[in-house]
Amino acid sequence: MPVVSMTVNGKAVSADVETRTLLVQYLRENLRLTGTHVGCDTSQCGCCVIHLDGKAVKSCTTLAVQAEGCNVLTIEGLAQPDGPLHPMQEAFRENHGLQCGFCTPGMVMAAVDMVNRKGNELDEQTIRQELDGNLCRCTGYHNIVKAIAAGAKAMKGTSPSA
Amino acid sequence: MYAFTYHRPTTVRQAANLLAKHPEAKLLAGGHSLIPVMKLRLASPSAIIDMNHVEGMSGVEVKGRSVVIGAMTRHFEVAASQTLKDVMPALAGVPGSIGDPHVRHRGTIGGSIANNDPNADYPAAVLGLGATIITNKRRILADDFFTGMFSTALEPEEIITKINFPVAKKSAYQKFKHPASGFALVGVFVSKRGSDIRVAVTGAGSNGVFRVPQFEEALKKRFAPKSIEGIAVSPDGLNTDIHASAEYRAHLIGVLAKRALAAA
Repeated sequence: MPVVSMTVNGKAVSADVETRTLLVQYLRENLRLTGTHVGCDTSQCGCCVIHLDGKAVKSCTTLAVQAEGCNVLTIEGLAQPDGPLHPMQEAFRENHGLQCGFCTPGMVMAAVDMVNRKGNELDEQTIRQELDGNLCRCTGYHNIVKAIAAGAKAMKGTSPSA
Repeated sequence: MYAFTYHRPTTVRQAANLLAKHPEAKLLAGGHSLIPVMKLRLASPSAIIDMNHVEGMSGVEVKGRSVVIGAMTRHFEVAASQTLKDVMPALAGVPGSIGDPHVRHRGTIGGSIANNDPNADYPAAVLGLGATIITNKRRILADDFFTGMFSTALEPEEIITKINFPVAKKSAYQKFKHPASGFALVGVFVSKRGSDIRVAVTGAGSNGVFRVPQFEEALKKRFAPKSIEGIAVSPDGLNTDIHASAEYRAHLIGVLAKRALAAA
């Protein structure tokens, strides 16, 4: 089994993994970072979205060995464990941008990536279009869209997440 | 997913040697077509050769009257390239319509072309612009490259390194998206470069991407939607599935070709 080393949420980690281990499996089962979810396992729903070297990717369609030497950010790494929520998480709370919450980690990671790429002023059409890769089966998206617009504004002045 | 050995070459030569050593190997580029079929056990390569650490295979460059795109260039990078938007916006627009933002961060042009999915967008652009596929061994014209559904002229130890697109004077891509998957139910790429007129269709043919000679002939007089008015495309050889019949796809080819010509 090859050894894979990467940085996850700022911490260097290393493990022997089977080559066929998916990145999401490695995060959830080896590192016990269970905030990243497996919804569809077919790269459609976006519950497994994490940032790989600063870009949102679907960790169910990435092998753990592919993340060798990469910087991985998961939902657990957005805010400090004892600190306040990340502005995007706070906006989801404030705007009630979730119901069951299963898609939320992926939604938040996708939203932060959206701000990193498109800036802090996001109109409704842009947000809806950019959410193409994230499915929610409860909310009907209205409050998610509102939360992302508010979170994007609140992120002004914060440094782009890794 | 079945087990496989994993290899991480840093040069194209190393990758080619690995392909020679492991005849059942697959090259891994973005992985967004390969990993899903491996999960479904529709593909079970004995070895995976990860191209993501090979230097110098990525980037969009304008060289004279050509645009050269490295095989490992992500859809996201091609779509965001200002140089490409300035020179040939129709080509820059193609990767922006693939998958979703997360998929576009991983998927590559070389991977898409080598896979030759009958519903993929890039093959339409490659054939519709008369591009040249550059490999570690030779240069292959788009007209000779796509040989049927999921098959290409690539030899077992051949690796795409770049794609060279001649800059067209006029070009456009129009696609009828499947509303759920976003894949092209039908996509039509049109271009005009001097006397070279091309109409390439993806999503419709049971043998993958193809050209429409009767449209191209009619467009020689005038490169405009009116020129192909009333010219029917035969449904023979087109796909029928739960999404659309061959007749409907044939109809869409005409509609989308006209829209593309109007936009070009």
